Order: sequence, then C-alpha cells, then structure tokens
Amino acid sequence: MFKKKACLVLSMAMTVGLLAGCGAKGSSTTGDIKIGVVLPLTGQVSSFGKSGQNGIKLLEDQVNKAGGINGRKIKFLFEDDEGKPDTATTVGTKLISNDNVVAIVGPLTSGSCIALGPIATQSKVPMITGSGTNPDVTKKGGEYVYRTCFIDPFQGTVIAKFASGDLKAKTAAILYDNGNDYSKGLAEFFEKGFVASGGKIVAKETYATNDKDFKAQLTKIKPTKPDVILLPDYYGTVGNIAKQARAIDIKVPLLGGDGWDSAELFKVGGTAVNNCYISDHYSADDTSKLVIAFQKEYKAKYNLNADAMAVLNYDAAKIMVEAIKVAGKTDGPSIKEALAKTNLEVVSGKVSFDANRDAIKGAVILKVDAGKFNFVKKLIP
Amino acid sequence: MKMKKELRNTIILLTASIILFFILTYLMDTEILNRYYSRILVLICINVILAVSLNLIIGVTGQLTLGHAGFMSIGAYAAAMITIQLNVPFPIALLFGGILAGLIGFLIGLPTLSLKGDYLAITTLGFGEIIRVLITNIEQLGGGRGLSGIPPKTNFAWVFFIMVLTILIIYNIARSSQGRAMMSVREDEIAAEAMGINTTKYKIMAFVIGSFFAGIAGGLFSHYLMYIKPEQFGFLKSVDFVTYVVMGGMGSLTGSISSTVILTILPEGLRFLNDYRMIIYPLALIIIMRFRPQGLMGTKELSMRMFDKFSKGSDKDAAIKGK
Amino acid sequence: MEFLQQAINGLSLGFVYALIAIGYTMVYGIIGLINFAHGDVFMVGAYFGFFAAVNLHLSFIPTLLIAMGGAALTGVIVEKVAYKPLRNSPKLSILITAIAMSVLLENLVRLKMTTDPQTYPENLLPQKVIHFLGLSIDNRQIIIILISIVLVIILQFIVFKTKTGKAMRAASFDKDAAALMGINVNSIISITFAIGSALAGAAGVLVGILYSSIDPYMGIMPGLKAFVAAVLGGIGIIPGALWGGLIMGLVETFSKVYISSSYSDAIAFSILIIILIVKPSGLLGKKTREKV
Repeated sequence: MFKKKACLVLSMAMTVGLLAGCGAKGSSTTGDIKIGVVLPLTGQVSSFGKSGQNGIKLLEDQVNKAGGINGRKIKFLFEDDEGKPDTATTVGTKLISNDNVVAIVGPLTSGSCIALGPIATQSKVPMITGSGTNPDVTKKGGEYVYRTCFIDPFQGTVIAKFASGDLKAKTAAILYDNGNDYSKGLAEFFEKGFVASGGKIVAKETYATNDKDFKAQLTKIKPTKPDVILLPDYYGTVGNIAKQARAIDIKVPLLGGDGWDSAELFKVGGTAVNNCYISDHYSADDTSKLVIAFQKEYKAKYNLNADAMAVLNYDAAKIMVEAIKVAGKTDGPSIKEALAKTNLEVVSGKVSFDANRDAIKGAVILKVDAGKFNFVKKLIP
Repeated sequence: MKMKKELRNTIILLTASIILFFILTYLMDTEILNRYYSRILVLICINVILAVSLNLIIGVTGQLTLGHAGFMSIGAYAAAMITIQLNVPFPIALLFGGILAGLIGFLIGLPTLSLKGDYLAITTLGFGEIIRVLITNIEQLGGGRGLSGIPPKTNFAWVFFIMVLTILIIYNIARSSQGRAMMSVREDEIAAEAMGINTTKYKIMAFVIGSFFAGIAGGLFSHYLMYIKPEQFGFLKSVDFVTYVVMGGMGSLTGSISSTVILTILPEGLRFLNDYRMIIYPLALIIIMRFRPQGLMGTKELSMRMFDKFSKGSDKDAAIKGK
Repeated sequence: MEFLQQAINGLSLGFVYALIAIGYTMVYGIIGLINFAHGDVFMVGAYFGFFAAVNLHLSFIPTLLIAMGGAALTGVIVEKVAYKPLRNSPKLSILITAIAMSVLLENLVRLKMTTDPQTYPENLLPQKVIHFLGLSIDNRQIIIILISIVLVIILQFIVFKTKTGKAMRAASFDKDAAALMGINVNSIISITFAIGSALAGAAGVLVGILYSSIDPYMGIMPGLKAFVAAVLGGIGIIPGALWGGLIMGLVETFSKVYISSSYSDAIAFSILIIILIVKPSGLLGKKTREKV
C-alpha cells in the first residue's frame, strides 16, 4: 500500500513540476522582468556556479532596491546545467520556452556556452556569458551571443608575453588537461604566444580530467629544465600539481590563468604556489571605487570574499540589465541592439563589445604569493 | 482476414505510430507543447533507439555490455564529420555513422564475446573508455574541446520515424529464428551449443546490430545538439542506457520504451528539487529496484491478445514468452 | 634513476588501487556482485578521515582508524539497506541499485561538504622529501606502501588464520553448503563488506594525505580502475586483486612516461583487454568448468 501511494505522490509531483509551464505565455509588458541564468550549480565546477549565483543574486537585490528597470522589478530564474553542454541546452530551452525569459545570463563553462548559443540566437533571446572564454562561443554562437570576458587566445598571449618579457623566461614547459577545453585552449595559445616571443617549449605533458597523481609527468618535465611551467587549469588541480612539483624539487615559477583564482587555491596549494603568476580578469587590490564597494556588499551579504566568478557573473548580469533599461522594451532584437552599444564601467573594468561581440577588455597579471593574489600589472589589448 | 501474428502486430504498431506522430506534431506546431517539451520528446526518441538496441544485446541475448555509449559516439562523430566535410544528405550521414559503429562493434565483438558475464562487462566498459580517450586525442575531431558547428538536421519527424523503424526491426528480429537463437544463448549457453547453435555467431550478430542502431542514434544526437564533446559519451552514459533496459525489464521491448520515456522525463520533472534532485533520483531508482527488481514489464510485452481473432498461430510464442 | 623514481610512483599508486580492488574482489567472491558503490566508500572514508583530522584534531593513526571504521560502517549499511533485499533478484537489478547507490553517496557528500575540494591538514603526515641515490622521494609514498603492506598482511592473517576467515572462505566457495555447516552467512557477508570497505577507507585517507585534496567525485575513476584491477587479477581472488592493483598502478605510470600521458587510460584498459582475451578468468583466476 505504501509503495503505491509513494509512487502516486512522486508521479503527481513530477507531472506538476514538468507541466508547470505548459502553454503558459508570460506577459512581457507588465509584471516582473524575468531573466534566465544558466550556471553549474551541481557537478564538478559547482563552486564556480555558486559564486556566480551569489554575485547575480546580489545584483538582483541592488537593482530591485533601486526600483528595478523602469519601475518593473527583475527576477533572475536560476537553472542548473551541471556543467554539461546537453543539460545546458535543455534548461536553456526551458527558460526560453517555458519561463519566457527576456534574456539569459551564462552559461559559465565554454562547452555549455557553445551548445546553448545557437539556440539562443535561433530563439532571438540575447545571451551573455561572463566566463566562457573559448573563441567558438561567439564565433559559432550567432548574433545574440555576447561575452564580457576576454578570450583564451588573448589570455594565453598575455601570459606568454609576461613570461618572456617580464620574467625573461627562455624555455617553458606546459602541463595541461587535454580533455578540458579551457585548459587545452589556454595551453595552445600560450605556446603560440611564447614561441612568437622567441621562447622555446621544452616539454608538453597532459593528464586526464580527474587525475590526482602527476608525479609521472612532473618527473618527465624536471630534467628538461624549463624556466617556467604553465598550469592552465582550475585551482583544485593546480594546487595539487604545485605541491607535487615542489616535492620533487621543481623550484621555478608556475604560471596560470583565471582558473587559479579562488581562495581555495591556498588551502590546497599552500606554500607550493608562492612566487607564481597568473593572468586574471581583475584584481582584488584594484582601488577603484566599484571594486571596493562590490567587495564590501558581497562580504556583508554572504560573509565570504568575492572571487572572480562572482565578479564576472555580477558584471555580465549588470550589463544585461543595463541593456534592457536602455532598450526600454523587452523583446530580443531591441535588447540585442542596446547590448551592442554597451559602454559601461563595471567591477572588472570598462566593457564595450567589438564586431565579434567579444568584450574589449584588459587583463591583469597577478603574483600569487603568501596566500594572496597581488597586483603586478595591467594589459590592454 | 488471417495473417501472421508478426505482420499483424507490425501493421498495428505502424498505424498507431503514425497517429501518434500526427497528434504530437499538431501539439508542437500549435505551441501547446512548446520548444522545451519538443526537446524532451526528441531526446526521448533518441534514447529509445539506444535502449531498444541495447535491449537486443542485454535483454534478448543476455550479454552484459557497458560500452554502448562508445558506439553512440562513433556514430555521432562519424555522421557529423561526414556532413561537415562532404556535405552529404542527412540519411547518408546517419547510415555512415551506423555502419561504422556496427563495423567497429564487429571488430570488438569478435575477440571479446567469448568472455562471460562480468568479464564481458568490464571489457566492453574498457572499450568504451578507450574510444573516448582516442576521440579526445584526435585533433580533427576537436579533441577535448569538442566538435561544434554541426548543422542542425535532426528534427522530430526524423527521430520519431527512425525510432519506430528501430523498434519494428528489433521486434521482428527478436521474433525471428535468429532471435530465438539469441534467446537460447541468454537462457542457457551450454545447452544452446549442445543443440548445435553457433552461439558466437548470434552473440556477434546481436552486438553488431545493437551497435549499428546506437551509431544511428548518435548521428541523430550530434545533428540535434550541434556540438558534441567526448565526455558526454563516457561510461556513465552507458550505465544510463543499461538502467533504461533493466528498469523496463530485460527482453521486453515495451518495457524498454516505457522506462526510457519515464527515466528521460524524470530528471526534468524533478528539476524543481534543485540541489536535492540527484538525491531523489537515485533513491527513486533504488526503491523501484527494491520493490520491482524484474523491471516494469519483466519479460512480457504489451499484450496484443485482443487482436488474436485476426491472426493464426497465436500460441506459437507461448513456449518462448515470459518466465 | 628516473626509472626507479617512476617505479615508486607506480607502486604507491598501485597499492592504493590494490586496497580498493581487494574490497571489490571480496564482495564479488561472496555474493557475485560488482559493487559499483565501492569507489564511493573509498571517498566516504577519505571524508571521515578529513573530519577526524580537521574537526577532532586527531593524529595520523587515529584518523586512519576512524576513516576505516566510518567506511566499514557505510559499507555495511549500504549492504543491509540496498543489497540484502535483492539477494535473490536478477543480477542486473542489484547492479543498477549499486550504481544508484554510488550516485546517492556522491550527492549526499556533495550536499553536506560542497563540491569544493577539502584539504587534508599539512601536519597530519608532514611531507619530507627524501634524497636518496639522486632521487627525490616523497616520504609519504613510502609510508603508503608500507601501510598497505601491513594491512594486506593483517587481512591475510584474518582470512587464513581465524575462524571467521575460514567461514568467509567457505561462504565464498559455496554459500549454501556453508549455511548447512552452521555458518551464519548473513553476518559473514556483512563482515566481508566491513573489511573490504575498511580497506577502501584506509586508501581514502592515504590518498587524501598524498594528494591533499578530496572531493565528492574522487572515487569514480579510482573505483573504476580498481575494479579493472580486480578483474585483471581474477575476480574473487584476493592476491589477484593485489597484483592487479600493482600492475594497474605501474602500467598507468609507465605508459604516462614512456608512451604518452594522454593515452595512459586507454593503454591501461587495453592491457586489461589483452590479458582477458588471453586468460579469460584473469591472471590468477582458475578456469572453472561449468557443469551441466
């Protein structure tokens, strides 16, 4: 008897959940303005997703407190893509067709962006990502897809130039995850940039996405005596690699990208990540008013320090909100037009878009040392 | 009008599907079922093709394979590449993907299908992973970054009718003499050998046919998502398909179809649970397996008894059907 | 020289796989189940250890013991709740249950501890680089190898020199006959799960220490590889799991070094397949003639 009842309840709940949007057509001239958000809230990069969510929720509070957009409140509808491209297309379509959102912020991972972009364009719903750095996101995404972060080719070149120009490195080794598009892309572009600056890549090793043991590869790299080693991956893996490298007496500076940016890096890497350098979107040391204000409010609301993902998603959402405000209307084409004309100062810098709908934005080089990310220099394309 | 039972069933299925198709298409055209639901329907159809083809291997022939997603990926990539590079018509691309998958299924099946039970499972799992690693390392296929820019050629009509075709073909194979040979392998391989049945031949046959359809499903998949990555086809995906088959009841095609429909919709319907979704979903599976371990339909098919007076030989299957 | 260094890398990795593989093989030997959730018991053990070290500020050995205990408890609970009721059901149903259990464990831990990797405290087992014969050896790798050997020896003692061990061997040989001999098969099964899980839990702590960070999904790949190792050595045979684990660790390491780091997974699986084709019951497996 119990199991029958349980089955009945479960199927009813599911049906309700599934059909909740059936046939419903939201009004687009009155009531809350609904903006969809696609982020990896579960899965292996869910900590990035959670930070992004925090940032966007903070924006929601701020905007609504100030009266919303032209008198209408905004509401962000969050959906979890689990970091997977096919889930991203499903939940993205749900937001577009079921919830009738006027725009989408996200996804976070490049893979999901590449998958969802064409669908957004097809449906004429503007999509803005704060962190999808693979060039294909906008190239293959179509005219409704915008990105507010720099792209991997730029980031890779920035690190490479810094390595050869500032650190005077003549040789470099790369250790990257060849199953991860972010890692692989960054590695490729660093190599191009480094070689173009006259450097030589003396070792290139790979690992698989969930590998924890890098001793084999590091032992191979050590005798090639590189001046620097590039680790273009996320903080969890990087911290580990750094420790294992130091354990076999590899003492050279390690380089990385924005994936390093998290307070967790120091928990995992400890002193192994001292004297390292990364390229990043913004610096927490930045004394601009916007940065300080944002950090203060974020800390007040969540009792956490804002990290790059929180900032980037906050910024992307803010730019979208601004575009909707400027457009005055909530249909896709109008918002898209307003987006294209964006010229806004946000937490991570000044943002405007080029012909490819990529942000014209600088990068910073940060020195990783003693538990902090310290500002070194700023580079503008 | 007296006709063979299989033919009668086939005609009934075809008619029913055509009616269903028109109903669903109408609902989608009038936006009563909006694009989100259309998406789910397309994915259901693709999953059914995979479940039914897997059922031929696991349910009918009793060979546990954990590498089905690998063949799906072969079809997905092959069809996508040939469309992108040579711009061939869609059906040719799909066939190319399916045939390549079937061929590789043959090459893999030949040495490994002599292994038993769990050993076969781990071997097929291994092959699935090997395929995934190989794709990740081939630059021309996009490698870890995935293959994007695949023209969106799949639509509901395609997946629906290929799904119906697959079901019909597998149904007819299962009811044929080859199918009975496959079932005898499942029931008792040694006895089957003793009866003179070339068990290896039928195991390979089932495996190749199953892989062929997995490849076709893969081609439909890649031309729908427009972007594929090797990680999507890992062993966890293969496990998904095995779950559909086991849930439905091994050897039961209607079981596979219904459980696939339910299990594809379930994660969507549970989306409102957010963080708790991946706790409720496995719990639901565990509970279902606990209280109905033989799956939804066991080994029975949807009964067509009511149409019996139109056919002859109605009790021919009694000896083979259901345990 | 480098070869020796890599050999140590391979061995310490191999022992970790072995500890997990033994659990797989013991459970399979007694109830014929591929316990897909075993890799996650390894993960749970790592988290128990983390809790002990960080929240209770315990030192190395007590942490190890708590992790083993916690993992054993988890394994037994999973068995009682999910597998026992299905003991007479089709094998595939239990398989699906095991897989669902695996997903459940991962997400329960994720819910409580978040996906962010947690770090084992540095001072639990301080890292000292040993310079020996021109090699730079991580002392912790040596400790892992030593502890694993100790655990395996203890296991061998239990299995061959105690009455419980005898009962375990009897039950895995023929469950029904063992029951007829007065052995409480249910408790023997639970004990088997407990011991296998405890070993996996130990592996979890060792991995947590060696690689510093643990996350809810850390059990998937090692679990898979350990399973391969168990089959490689002949599933159901404990020494087989040990050898299988070591071979997997060494093959993985050496293929990363001498062939290519990108293909090492594929190579490891290929070796498995080749060995199985040549010797279908695994390296130490006995060819059982099925009688009709």
